[in-house]
Amino acid sequence: MATVAIRGVRKFFGQLEVLHSVDVEIDDGEFVILVGPSGCGKTTLLRMIAGLEDVSHGEILIGGRRVNDIAPKARDVAMVFQNYALYPHMTVRQNMSFALRLARRNRAEINQRVERAAEILGLGQLLDRSPRQLSGGQRQRVAMGRALVRDPQVFLFDEPLSNLDAKLRVQMRAEIKELQQRLKTTTVYVTHDQIEAMTMADKIVIMRSGHVEQIGAPLDLYDYPVNQFVAGFLGSPAMNFLEGEIADGAVITADGSRWPLPTTSTGYPTGQKVVYGIRPEHLTLGEAGVPARVQVVEPTGSETQVLLQAGGTTLVAALRERLPAQPGAVLHVTVDATRAHLFDPASGERLSSIFPVSGHKK
Amino acid sequence: MNRFKTQLAGGIAWIIAILNFFPIFWMLLASFKSEVEAVQTPPLFFFHPTLANYRDIFALQDYAGYAFNSIAISVLATLLMLLVAVPAAFAMAFYPGRYTRDILLWMLSTKMLPAVGVLVPIYLLSRDLGLLDTRTALVIIDFLSNLPIAVWMLFTFFRETPKDIIEASRIDGAGVGQTILYVLLPLVAPGIASTALLSIILCWNEAFWSLNLTAHNAAPLTAFIASFSAPQGLFWARLSAASVLAIAPILVFGWISQRQLVRGLTFGAVK
Ligand SMILES: Nc1ncnc2c1ncn2[C@@H]1O[C@H](COP(=O)(O)OP(=O)(O)OP(=O)(O)O)[C@@H](O)[C@H]1O
Ligand SMILES: [Mg+2]
Repeated sequence: MATVAIRGVRKFFGQLEVLHSVDVEIDDGEFVILVGPSGCGKTTLLRMIAGLEDVSHGEILIGGRRVNDIAPKARDVAMVFQNYALYPHMTVRQNMSFALRLARRNRAEINQRVERAAEILGLGQLLDRSPRQLSGGQRQRVAMGRALVRDPQVFLFDEPLSNLDAKLRVQMRAEIKELQQRLKTTTVYVTHDQIEAMTMADKIVIMRSGHVEQIGAPLDLYDYPVNQFVAGFLGSPAMNFLEGEIADGAVITADGSRWPLPTTSTGYPTGQKVVYGIRPEHLTLGEAGVPARVQVVEPTGSETQVLLQAGGTTLVAALRERLPAQPGAVLHVTVDATRAHLFDPASGERLSSIFPVSGHKK
Repeated sequence: MNRFKTQLAGGIAWIIAILNFFPIFWMLLASFKSEVEAVQTPPLFFFHPTLANYRDIFALQDYAGYAFNSIAISVLATLLMLLVAVPAAFAMAFYPGRYTRDILLWMLSTKMLPAVGVLVPIYLLSRDLGLLDTRTALVIIDFLSNLPIAVWMLFTFFRETPKDIIEASRIDGAGVGQTILYVLLPLVAPGIASTALLSIILCWNEAFWSLNLTAHNAAPLTAFIASFSAPQGLFWARLSAASVLAIAPILVFGWISQRQLVRGLTFGAVK
């Protein structure tokens, strides 16, 4: 268990700069998830923590010790690879014990540790199988077991669930989180799946093209995104965005409809162009409000998602109740103004400026 | 149509095989003929076989000594080659740098130069280092001249191994040597074996340097064959017998290991 500090870290591949001065502080025992679109540099950052990539600028500290020039084997980190990277010629037991054997631990201790990890992960029956005799989910567990037996300072995961089917993924998500809470080992976990990030993390680091966009607890990021990118990235279905202009206490969209200003702050200058953001679950359908034509109704069972034509664009509403309306029907939509957001159309930065939480960046 | 193609391919393979085999068969026949029968035209297919040539050879020359040199040189040169080529190919396959491709091409290009081109410098070097007619000289030359091909072969085999696995072992705490020994080698064993086999065969058959740099002490079987050619007179039958004796061990060796060799050379294809 240890803290991890990433300070002013930049990464060049040749001339190409793929990480631009990244700063992340990770507490002891924390579960941190790096999330962002494909190619944003998550894997690169994780590999730098592992020691598999050089740090071009800045420094990385593990447990307060600068590790820039320390080989992976001396960093005491364990990594679970996306493709598991099991040793094909070794049995499950040998795979799991490899690191301990290299470290010349005594046999009794090795066996005990491997068996305990196997028990935790439900691999007891499979210890003498070879990796090719295992299913994808079992391989994934072995890869975790290999990390677990080492009892390292830091766990590193690179999209460990992306090769599993949806159901198994949900199950493993819960298991990994539960395990991490039990072991309290500092964990850095990479994914591009925002649901994984929301459900598992203590702290989320949202990245985009080599920059950190925002860092914070999942619900803080969800409720108080610092910019339009973060707002749109977290949440499914994604936040609705409407372009408009501020006029007499509301945002007026091109079609002339009025959207109430966020109540979280005041004093918006009239005439300013803004992007109005509202999450699907903060829309309500009823008799009053902006007219909205129903396009598609998608009942998922637990909730109903409705595509609406309103405010000159297509909005998604997520409703708890079932909707009897047919496509083509015209209803009225109202928003929960306490949950609305304003963004600058040019920079994407948040304009409604009250942040009840700390820990955000920028 | 498809069946016809298969048969055609099979037929062509047979023709090539027979064309390849025929000279060896011819040599084998000649080795059991008398010198006069051996040069007769049209060639004789039916004759009274004799072991006289073999008897003469053993009487005239120290076959065991030559064979020992061949074995010692091939094995040592191959071991040395593995010792250098495995780490080199490892570095190139898993940690390529900006110049890795160029180095690979450059290494191969050294094989394009005819050996005679460097005969004089190598001869003088060997002489001045006191290495003329020593096994050491041949071991070094064989080892170095097979190195480019060996590195190329190993490089292609190693690249078949997912880099993740190598990295996992580094994170698990293995040093470079341990990673190669415990993780890489078991995975590419067929490739290593076929590279070693090829090197042994190439060393065994190497004649140019053996003839030019050895006299008697360090002379391997290729020099043994040559010792039976004579500027005048009839020597074909005896030369054939010497050749049969020289290639027999490597043929048997090749036969035993051919499965391994084929498996290694088609490593990527079948996986
Ligand atoms: N070895 C490399 N050489 C050159 N460029 C690289 C190398 N590795 C990664 N990159 C580039 O760095 C950027 C970040 O890559 P990285 O693999 O970290 O993305 P990622 O966030 O993990 O994406 P994904 O979600 O697709 O896995 C990409 O633009 C990629 O093309
Ligand atoms: Mg990645």
